[in-house]
Amino acid sequence: MMLWWQNLPFLSIFLMILSSIVSLSLSFKAARNICVISLGTVLTMSVITFCGVYVSKESFVYKMGHFPAPWGNEIRSGLLEPFLASIFAIIMLLAVLGGMKHIRNDIESKKLNLYFLTTDLLFASILALIYTNDIFTGYVFLEICTITTCGILMIRQIGRTTLAAVRYMIISLLGSGIFLIGITLMYDISGYLLMENMREGIAKAIETDGMTLPTVMSIVLVSLGLSIKCGLFPFHFWMSDTYGYATPSSSAILSGIVSKGYIILLLKIYYRVIGIETVAQSHIQDILFVFGLAGIIVGSVNAIRENDIFRMIAFSSAAQIGYIFVGFSLGTQAGFTAAVFQILSHAVTKPLLFISASMLSDASGGSKKFSDLMGSALRSKIAGIGFTAGALSMVGIPFLSGFVTKILIGTASFESPSKMMPILVVLAISTVLNAVYYLRTVVRIYHPRDLNKKEPKYSNDGYSSSVFSAVIVCFVALNLSIGFFSDFVTDIIRTGLSMLA
Amino acid sequence: MGLISNYEEVFAVILFGIGFSNLLFNRNLLKKIIGFNIMDSGVYLFLASMGYIDGRMAPIITDGITDAEAYINPVPSGLVLTGIVVSVSVTAMMLALTIRLYRRYNTLNLDEIYMFASRETKK
Repeated sequence: MMLWWQNLPFLSIFLMILSSIVSLSLSFKAARNICVISLGTVLTMSVITFCGVYVSKESFVYKMGHFPAPWGNEIRSGLLEPFLASIFAIIMLLAVLGGMKHIRNDIESKKLNLYFLTTDLLFASILALIYTNDIFTGYVFLEICTITTCGILMIRQIGRTTLAAVRYMIISLLGSGIFLIGITLMYDISGYLLMENMREGIAKAIETDGMTLPTVMSIVLVSLGLSIKCGLFPFHFWMSDTYGYATPSSSAILSGIVSKGYIILLLKIYYRVIGIETVAQSHIQDILFVFGLAGIIVGSVNAIRENDIFRMIAFSSAAQIGYIFVGFSLGTQAGFTAAVFQILSHAVTKPLLFISASMLSDASGGSKKFSDLMGSALRSKIAGIGFTAGALSMVGIPFLSGFVTKILIGTASFESPSKMMPILVVLAISTVLNAVYYLRTVVRIYHPRDLNKKEPKYSNDGYSSSVFSAVIVCFVALNLSIGFFSDFVTDIIRTGLSMLA
Repeated sequence: MGLISNYEEVFAVILFGIGFSNLLFNRNLLKKIIGFNIMDSGVYLFLASMGYIDGRMAPIITDGITDAEAYINPVPSGLVLTGIVVSVSVTAMMLALTIRLYRRYNTLNLDEIYMFASRETKK
C-alpha cells in the first residue's frame, strides 16, 4: 500500500514547475517570495521523504498515472535521492538569497521575475534527474536543465555572458547528442526505458552474447556525453567564461548543483541500468580515471595562473569534478561513496566561494583582479570569513568537508592496488596546488593595501547585509556539519547506494 | 553485408557524424545550429528505423485489427516526437542567442565575436 509521504517526491517536482509558470505573470518581489517559499516547501518534503525511507528502510516506486511497468513512467526513491534533494534545496535557497543584490543590479528590472522562472524550472529538472526511474525522462529533463541554465546565464545582458551562454549551449548539445545516441543503443539492446527493465534486458543480452561492441559503445557514449556536460577535463574550457561573467547566484547554482545533477544521472545509470560489475568489464573506468586525474592537475594549474578571482574558482571546479570521476573510476562501493561525498562537499563549498567572492569584489569597487582585492576581507569581514572557510575546505583542512573527501578517496584507493599510487600522488600534488592558489588568495584579501591606513568598512551599497551574513553563516555551518558528522553522512551515502542497486 | 542490410543505421550514423562535426568545428553560429539539427535528425532516423518492422502498419488501429503483431513498435516513434520537441526548443534558444550576438557584434563568426568580447572586457 502506498503511504502518504511517498507522493512527496512527485509533488516537489510538480510544485517547482508550477511556481515557475506562476512566476511568469508576477512582479519581481512576488516571484522571489514564491521561489523562496517553494524551495522551503521542497526542502521540508524532501526531509519528510528522507525520514520515511530512513524509518521504513525500503526504497519505493511511485507510478505516474498508475500505469504498471514497463508501460508507465515512474519516480523512484531510496535514501540517497531525498538526501541529495534536501541538500540541493538548501544550497539553491542560499545561492539565490546570497546573490540577490547582484540579481537586482545585473538584470533589467522588467526581466527580474524571469530569473526566478528559470531557477524554479532549473530546480524542477534537477529534482526530476534525481528521482526519475525512466531514462528518457532523464534525457528530457537533462535538456530542460541545459536550456534553463543557459537562461540564468544569458539573463545578464552583457556580451561576455551571451557568448558564455552560447559556448555552454554548444558544448552541452554535443554532450546531449552523444548521450541520446548512447541511451538509444541501450534501448535497442534491452527493449525497455524503465531502469529496472533495462538492467534485466542488458544482463540477459550479456549472458547470451557476452560484452558485445554495442553494449560497450552504449556505456562509453553515455559516460562521455554526461562527462562533457559536467565539464570533465578536457571539456572544462567553457567553465572560466561561464562562471566568471554570470551573475554570482547563477555561477553558484551552476557549479554547485547543475553539474552535480548530470553526475547523479550518470551514477544512477551505472548503478540501476548497467550495473557496476558490467561497467567495470567495459573498462570505461580506466578512461575516466586518466581524465579525472588529469583534470585535477590541469584545473589546479589553470587556477594558479588566473588573475581573476571568479575565473580561479571556476578552474578549481574543473579540478573538483576530477575528484568525483576518480571516485567513480575505482568501481568499488568505497569509491562511489567517496565520489558522492565529494558531490556534496563541492556542492556546499563552491557556492560559498562564489557568493563570498562577489561581496569581496563589491568591497573593492567591483574589480575581480587580485591586486584590487587586497584588504577586501578587512572591508567586508563576513565575506572574508566565508571565503576563508571555503578555501580551507577546498585545501582539505580537518573538520571541513573537503578534508573528509580526500581521506575517503585515499582510503578507497587502497582497494584498487593498480590505481592506488597515481591517486595518492595526485592527491598530494593537488593539495599543494590548492593550498598555493587558495591560501595565496586568503593572504591577499587580508593584506591591507596600505599598512598605515585602516581599511574603511564596506557598507554594501545600502542593501541590508543581514541576509547576506546569514547566508554565509549557513553555508559555513553546512560545510562544518558535513565535515563533523562525516560518519553519519557516509553511512547514509553507503546505505543509499546499496538501495540504488 | 551487415552494412547494406542495416543501411538506415549506417545513414543515421553518417548524419550524426556530419552534424556533430559541424556543431563542433564550424565557426559560423548559424551553421552550428544547422549542424545540431542534422545531428539530432540522425538520432531520430536511428530511433525510427529501430522501431520499424518490415510489412507492418503504423501503430494506429486500422480495420478493427487489435493484434499487436500487425503494427510496428510505437515507443520509438513517441521518443522521436519527444526528441523533436526538445530540439525545436533548443534551436529556438540558440537562434535567440545568435540574434543577440549578431546585433551586438555584427558577425556570426564565433572567433570574431570572442575577439570583440575580449576587447570589450579589457576596456
